Amino acid sequence: MTATPAPPASPAPPTTPAAGSPGLRAAALRRDLPGDLPGLDPAWSRLVEVTDRDGRSNAWHVLDSGGEPTTGTLLCVHGNPTWSYLWRRLVAAAPPGWRVVAPDQLGMGFSDRLGAPRTLAQRVADLGDLTDALGVTGPVVTVAHDWGGVISLGWGLDHRDQLRGVVLTNTAVAQPPDDLGPALIRLAHSRVWRTPVCVRTPTFVRAATALSWPPLPGAVRDAYAAPYAGADRRAAVGDFVADIPFTPEHPSWPELVRVNEGIRALDVPALLLWGPNDPVFAERYLAELRRRLPQARLHRFSGASHLLPEDAPQYADAVVRFVAGLDTPAAGQAAAPQPDPGRRLWSALAERAGDDDAAVVEVAGRTVSWSLLARRVEEIGRGLAVAGLRAGDRVALLVPPSVDLTAAVYAVWRAGGVIVVADQGLGLAGMRRALRSASVQHVIGSAEGLAAARLMMLPGTRFSAGPLGPAARRALGVRYSLVELARLGRQARTLGDQAHRRPVDAECAVLFTSGATGPAKGVVYTQRQALAQMELVRRTYALTPEDRLVAAFAPFALFGPGLGIGCATPAIDVTKPGTLTAAALGDAAAAIAATVVFASPAALRRVTATAGEATGAHRAALGRVRLLMSAGAPVPASLLRAAGALMPAAEAHTPYGMTECLPVTDVSLAEVEAAGTGDGVCVGRPLPGVDVRLSAVSPDGTADGPLTDAPGVTGEICVRAAHVKDHYDALWVTEQQSSRDAGWHRTGDVGHLDEGGRLWVQGRLPHVVTTAAGVLTPVGVEQRVERLDGVTAAAVVGVGPVGTQAVVVVVVPVRAPRGLGVADPDLAAAVRAAAGTEVAAVLAAPRLPVDIRHASKVDRARVARDATALLAGSR
Amino acid sequence: MTGTRVLVTGASGMMGRATVLELLARGHRVRVLQRRPAGLPVEEVLGDVADADVVARAVRGTDAVLHLAAKVDVVGPWAEYERANVVGTRRVVEACRAAGVGRLVHVSSPAVAHAGSALMGVGAEPADPVGTRGHYARSKALAEIEALAADCPDLAVLAVRPHLVWGPGDTQLVERLVTRARAGRLPLIGAGSALIDTTYVDNAATALAAAVEVCGPVHGEAFVVSNGEPRPVAEVLTRVCAAAGVPGPRGRVPFRLAWLAGLAVEGVWSATGATATPPLTRFLAEQLSTAHWFDQRRTRQALGWAPTVTLDEGFTRLAGWYAAA
Repeated sequence: MTATPAPPASPAPPTTPAAGSPGLRAAALRRDLPGDLPGLDPAWSRLVEVTDRDGRSNAWHVLDSGGEPTTGTLLCVHGNPTWSYLWRRLVAAAPPGWRVVAPDQLGMGFSDRLGAPRTLAQRVADLGDLTDALGVTGPVVTVAHDWGGVISLGWGLDHRDQLRGVVLTNTAVAQPPDDLGPALIRLAHSRVWRTPVCVRTPTFVRAATALSWPPLPGAVRDAYAAPYAGADRRAAVGDFVADIPFTPEHPSWPELVRVNEGIRALDVPALLLWGPNDPVFAERYLAELRRRLPQARLHRFSGASHLLPEDAPQYADAVVRFVAGLDTPAAGQAAAPQPDPGRRLWSALAERAGDDDAAVVEVAGRTVSWSLLARRVEEIGRGLAVAGLRAGDRVALLVPPSVDLTAAVYAVWRAGGVIVVADQGLGLAGMRRALRSASVQHVIGSAEGLAAARLMMLPGTRFSAGPLGPAARRALGVRYSLVELARLGRQARTLGDQAHRRPVDAECAVLFTSGATGPAKGVVYTQRQALAQMELVRRTYALTPEDRLVAAFAPFALFGPGLGIGCATPAIDVTKPGTLTAAALGDAAAAIAATVVFASPAALRRVTATAGEATGAHRAALGRVRLLMSAGAPVPASLLRAAGALMPAAEAHTPYGMTECLPVTDVSLAEVEAAGTGDGVCVGRPLPGVDVRLSAVSPDGTADGPLTDAPGVTGEICVRAAHVKDHYDALWVTEQQSSRDAGWHRTGDVGHLDEGGRLWVQGRLPHVVTTAAGVLTPVGVEQRVERLDGVTAAAVVGVGPVGTQAVVVVVVPVRAPRGLGVADPDLAAAVRAAAGTEVAAVLAAPRLPVDIRHASKVDRARVARDATALLAGSR
Repeated sequence: MTGTRVLVTGASGMMGRATVLELLARGHRVRVLQRRPAGLPVEEVLGDVADADVVARAVRGTDAVLHLAAKVDVVGPWAEYERANVVGTRRVVEACRAAGVGRLVHVSSPAVAHAGSALMGVGAEPADPVGTRGHYARSKALAEIEALAADCPDLAVLAVRPHLVWGPGDTQLVERLVTRARAGRLPLIGAGSALIDTTYVDNAATALAAAVEVCGPVHGEAFVVSNGEPRPVAEVLTRVCAAAGVPGPRGRVPFRLAWLAGLAVEGVWSATGATATPPLTRFLAEQLSTAHWFDQRRTRQALGWAPTVTLDEGFTRLAGWYAAA
């Protein structure tokens, strides 16, 4: 085997044709190199002459970042029908010490055309011959897309001593069981269609770049098609499709099996970068990859399709981050003391198994006692195991807050499963994106929930929360109802206690954020973290089995059994917290003789507004409440005071936290009043065991300062505690960013600590306004403006470029306008006087957009977009 | 840097007068060049800025030239704009070179880089004679390009673009608005929501004086100058009217209609050879309905300058002037 690396190809001197026809053809093609294409540096292009195992010499076109690979080489392998152009951003982003090489496969791109089809085994061998020719001898991380995935992994198995990691994007290595292969490829694969679609016309070549979202610029699409003009240039495109082995009779089948079985033993770090909207390699191919590479980290780029390196250009940064972390040992979380290592999430429930008091009360619905709940949870948990739920399986819960939901959650935990919960408020599209990303194995749902699961095309076995008619059962594919699962569980001879054997550091929950800032993120908790959270809540609020809770924010009701306290949910639509009336709250408090109330600020606002409807009985029940908690968004002291009129014995508290860590701090109304006014909302001091630091915000609005607890520094709030989330699910890049300070979680909130150690929240990091005079956080200004008579709400946003933004205050006046417009001069003058900062424009709006979960967090990004459009003028 | 001998061309307007007085206050010696006596307590050369002999005479013995003279209008044939703005600037550059004057501050306009779309927080983009609207902007764009092209070790050139300068005695912007408002014919174009920045005249004067002083170490650049206090156009108009004691804007005209009306008016004006300024032009329709505000960071850093008169103070002074008038 001989190999002659050619000099860099641009400017390429005409090469003397070698003897024989292959050489002549190669020479002809040598003049046909990628020209001036968007994002491509001609200096990267080179031609490498390699003699294959049949003795034939072929010229490969390779993009090569050059440089000394002191750390290693990134070997990038494209699929069909693309070429190395796919990897241009990674070549451009070559990290120090890394050489990036991206060849065009033989017959493709600007490499030599072949006389005959090439099998998978040949292509794997070809790639090895090429890396030999290129002198790639050190550590290698392979990066591959589409059918390049199998080839790159084949190379990896053949060069096990060199392989340091694998990165795969939208590819498949094996057909999932009972799968016939991607429909689109099978269509192209069929004899009838292959030649007309792949070779005779550029249909396939063009289709590959038509799948992108957002659509690719025309010049980029043309660049992909550049080496495939003319049927003779496309022969390998068709051959490549024909080489996909769908059946064991296919000549490439043995090599495919060698690779897809071989990788089960690969113990190198792996990163999967995935476009979930891929019509070719759908979700099941990702699941199959993860089964074979269980160590793989995954990042799903929301909205991206098959051509991931185009749809998610930031993939290059992810690869750079991945190789940078190869030699860095994973940073461990701060080791948290575990008071009782034997404790599990259902321990408190089990302890009250002999208790006939009410555990869960649905106002105007069912009530279950502790003893019944404990028994049902055991039975359903056992039933789930009998029905096939294995430890670590993920279970989507599509059940409205109810006794059924509570029972299902604890039963799943009891069976060793992982609950997956997304907010209905995300809407069907948002829930679909969220739940599909979580790769659930089972779904427990109400009739509506299961119908939604069908619409969302969720995988997994189906269990119904309530009884269903035979037709609905069939239609929804229900295996068992909860009642039937309980019966199955009772019949089961052995408990098979897989849950107790499950390590306390194993996952127990994937909870989705409200999606107020971008697509909802799945937050993974281990049982240890969830237990730490419950313990902290219990201690902070001195909760005992004598307490009983009204959870007007329904998810909070799920804490009840874990804390061992009874819970009631009021009779309201859980998706509309603003519909809770004083009477409904009073009914719920009376139903369980409540000592504690938890309600979002939006719910409390309506409660205080309807206080007049409360009867004497309501007032009596509410008068026994000792603790009022409100959270989900900044809670004004005035609101807590107003609520206090209904619950005179209650001490009002607002915990501060987020889906990723709750609670971080807590503050009572008395403490808020003692703190007075300041820049932001005072949320109190960090709770015991919780560390809070700030990372200062730069003039460009990024939080890149070192972590500090110095008073007065405005920065991103960073948290360290035993109950901080384990990681974001299927969002490796996001997780890396949020935990870039080892052991700390970056919350995305901005605030400061005062001299007394109290934390003040000043807004969200992406909502910081970057003016020429410095950064401005919105909350303090909003508070001052909201104190004006005639203003019911305010949002402060920046318009214009980062670093020179103009400050805009959008207010909702008492006399609200019909649409967004310039505020009248008197209102504008009053707002400016109150704002305490230069304000370019005061706008009046009929309402402010708020989040769906709590109806309390203002979507300032949307306010800014609307304000920008208005202030740009009428074009 | 006091005691510089400065030639100011076009000193008879509001901004020219204010700048001359500012330069004098800073201890510089000022000579002015314009067609008619400006009534300023300084040495005067009278004549046409496009006349090479006149300009040569005027620059003799000066250290720096502040070139303000320009034809600022929306009507009239191209030849007049070309002569006053392009040829005039060329003559000034030539005279500076011939006389060995080391510094030239060329007064330009943000209009030289404005193709009609909203400008939000942008810097001083390159002058664009092709994309700009109207004879004034096009001729000023050509002039600025020529002036900056002359920047070299022997002649430091700066271009300063004050944006929508106003103040007491302003005959361009303020008086036109007030006249129309008094007649009840000042509508808002569009929603009146476009964010526009303006420059109070004293701030323009201090910025130009600062430019004269830093020109040399700072050279070859263009800077937009403004108050850095953008406001919705409805608010600006309302406050101008309030200061002048006339009724505020009444009614609204959709932008498209205003633009078409402007087009028609310009056509009529140019066909009839009218020399008075028409009531509405496309340029004005765009100016009053699309955002114009600028990134002032580089300007303030390079000139070592910041506005000293806020918008609020400016309106107070304007009201005082109208009250006294």
